[in-house]
Amino acid sequence: MSLKDKLITSYFAVEDYIDADSHIHDLRNTAIKSFEEKGFPTKKEEAWKYTPLNAILKEDYCVFPKKENTIEFKDVKKYFLHEIDTYKIVFIDGIYSSFLSETTHDKVDVCLLSAALSKPKYKAVIENYFNKVAKDDSLTSLNTAFAKEGAYIVIPKHREVEKPIEIINFATGNEAALFLQPRNLIVVEENAHVQIIERHQSLTSNPVFTNVVTEIFTEKNASIDYYKIQNDNHSASLIDSTFLLQEQGSNACVHTFSFGGKLTRNNLNFYQKGERNNSTLKGVTIIEENQLVDHHTLVNHIAPNCESHQNYKGIFAGKSTGVFNGKIIVEKEAQKTDAFQQNNNILITDNATINSKPQLEIFADDVKCSHGCTIGQLDEEAMFYMQTRGIHKKEAQALLMFAFASNVLESVKIPELKARITKLIANKIGVDLGFNL
Amino acid sequence: MLQIKNLHAGIDNEEILKGINLEVKAGEIHAIMGPNGSGKSTLASVIAGKEEFEVTQGSISFEHEDIAALAPEERAHKGIFLSFQYPIEIPGVSVTNFIKTAINEGRKAKGMVDMPASEMLKMIREKAELLEMDRKFLSRSLNEGFSGGEKKRNEIFQMAMLEPKLAILDETDSGLDIDALRIVANGVNKLRNDKNAILVITHYQRLLDYIVPDFVHVLLDGKIVKSGTKELAYELEERGYDWIKEEVKIV
Ligand SMILES: Nc1ncnc2c1ncn2[C@@H]1O[C@H](COP(=O)(O)OP(=O)(O)OP(=O)(O)O)[C@@H](O)[C@H]1O
Ligand SMILES: [Mg+2]
Repeated sequence: MSLKDKLITSYFAVEDYIDADSHIHDLRNTAIKSFEEKGFPTKKEEAWKYTPLNAILKEDYCVFPKKENTIEFKDVKKYFLHEIDTYKIVFIDGIYSSFLSETTHDKVDVCLLSAALSKPKYKAVIENYFNKVAKDDSLTSLNTAFAKEGAYIVIPKHREVEKPIEIINFATGNEAALFLQPRNLIVVEENAHVQIIERHQSLTSNPVFTNVVTEIFTEKNASIDYYKIQNDNHSASLIDSTFLLQEQGSNACVHTFSFGGKLTRNNLNFYQKGERNNSTLKGVTIIEENQLVDHHTLVNHIAPNCESHQNYKGIFAGKSTGVFNGKIIVEKEAQKTDAFQQNNNILITDNATINSKPQLEIFADDVKCSHGCTIGQLDEEAMFYMQTRGIHKKEAQALLMFAFASNVLESVKIPELKARITKLIANKIGVDLGFNL
Repeated sequence: MLQIKNLHAGIDNEEILKGINLEVKAGEIHAIMGPNGSGKSTLASVIAGKEEFEVTQGSISFEHEDIAALAPEERAHKGIFLSFQYPIEIPGVSVTNFIKTAINEGRKAKGMVDMPASEMLKMIREKAELLEMDRKFLSRSLNEGFSGGEKKRNEIFQMAMLEPKLAILDETDSGLDIDALRIVANGVNKLRNDKNAILVITHYQRLLDYIVPDFVHVLLDGKIVKSGTKELAYELEERGYDWIKEEVKIV
């Protein structure tokens, strides 16, 4: 049975048991129909031309892990930002781990989607926000149909959450192959602020396929800093669809660090609904061997006087493949938009490829919109310069790559996280940092 | 120390250096002058080991060892230093971290352990002082946004840190204001001793008032066509290169 058939069959087997009498149930039914019609995307679709899913879909995934698995904290400590105090929402094989988590209901809600979907006190928020900005493409629909568990974060008006929140999904490898569909809902109310770190981590080399959907709402003057750390095993694949709806004067910044995984697809969508919004999308991709990382970004400028900044850097070695597709839509009403997009790439080997494409659709006349894309090798002159000072060619290369990639980190606001990512980059590149750059 | 014999080098089958002979002994200062495009920087790059240029004939030896097959960093480890005519900007790497890396790579090549941090710091301070360099430059990205003169001063700072046996200074004077020229030249002179040597490439006699050469060579169309003492530099300043071109034609 194909994965598609298997998913549809399992849906109908369980649908009567999950929120049968809520409005969510109707959403699920619509969503599964949408997925049934569309199926998994294929290379025939323009948006998936360079990102083939067939190899991943071939695995015989367990789609409903039932067993509750445990992990010792000491075994996974390194995946947490343990140097500082954080809230933690942790899932093991898709199931919430109260043992590894640290949630709160004190003034802010940092808890579980399963609770929010079932308890009456969250009903209003769910009705207002759940599935309100997520689109009905096939993979998002599939996630909506099955959405049961994930992070539920609501930051009320004027609150600044003092600790970053970590959302971590572990896969233990207890299943031969595992399919996961976390669903996160994040609402940052007026003037509130939050910092969130998300990662997906497989603990063995058993195949894992994650189809995660995250909806983020920033109300008036709210702000969010969101960091995605994608450094999974080479047997794990991730499709991440994130949708942000920004109200007036809000500030949303998403950093995506893609170093690991077999196949990683980021669909990052910003909808600027109110005026004077600021959106920042940054990414560093460093991959090798047969890895593939695909960034599809969308910034939809709907209202006037908004800004967006995109800066993606990629370093590709081995036979790796990079895709960057940056779409900017400036609607007719969105006058005085300032949209900037930059995608710079370095190919280390002849077998690595990058497909980079800006896509601008501008319907307003008074806008500032710029984009640039570079694909190159390392600067020979700079390398020679460093060599004449006694620095080995390999080390010179590494330093140059490090300098190229790490300037994206300037906007990372959590110092411990910045140090962590800096080290990750240094490790990836093989530069021996006897110092802090 | 440095011995160049009948050196021919070029790029893409285009010969730039057409038979250079030059010998530099320990303790000496040699100046190379010559019109734009005559091959001065090419000669400097070839000595430093730039792989882009192909050596088609002749030999370069350093301390009686043929260095033709050595990579630029290996030549650096042996004590050859090139101060660039156009220093390269390396964003994201601070001056301090760059020089630390350079020094420790050199020590590693000699089988030594890293220089202790305190010693490194002390040395950086001393050398920055010697060149009257503002400390704030040390934490900035290497050469990024530096003015022309600041870049040159930073080159000599690196030379002071690395203490090479042979320093090739490619137009270090261009871009320096009058005071900076004096400071940088004094810095270079303080680094001199009877065991090291300097090859200065310049267009102007002015620098040679500070860094006084034992020999002056004129490079013309890839060949050293005339050599003399420091008086030759005055003559060139006065008369330009046409008379030498004439002399060469007659020969
Ligand atoms: N990478 C290169 N590719 C092609 N031609 C080159 C290259 N480098 C140098 N040349 C040529 O070789 C010749 C010598 O150049 P070089 O830079 O050595 O001159 P120079 O004597 O240093 O001049 P200047 O006084 O202007 O610095 C020039 O004609 C130059 O165009
Ligand atoms: Mg030159």
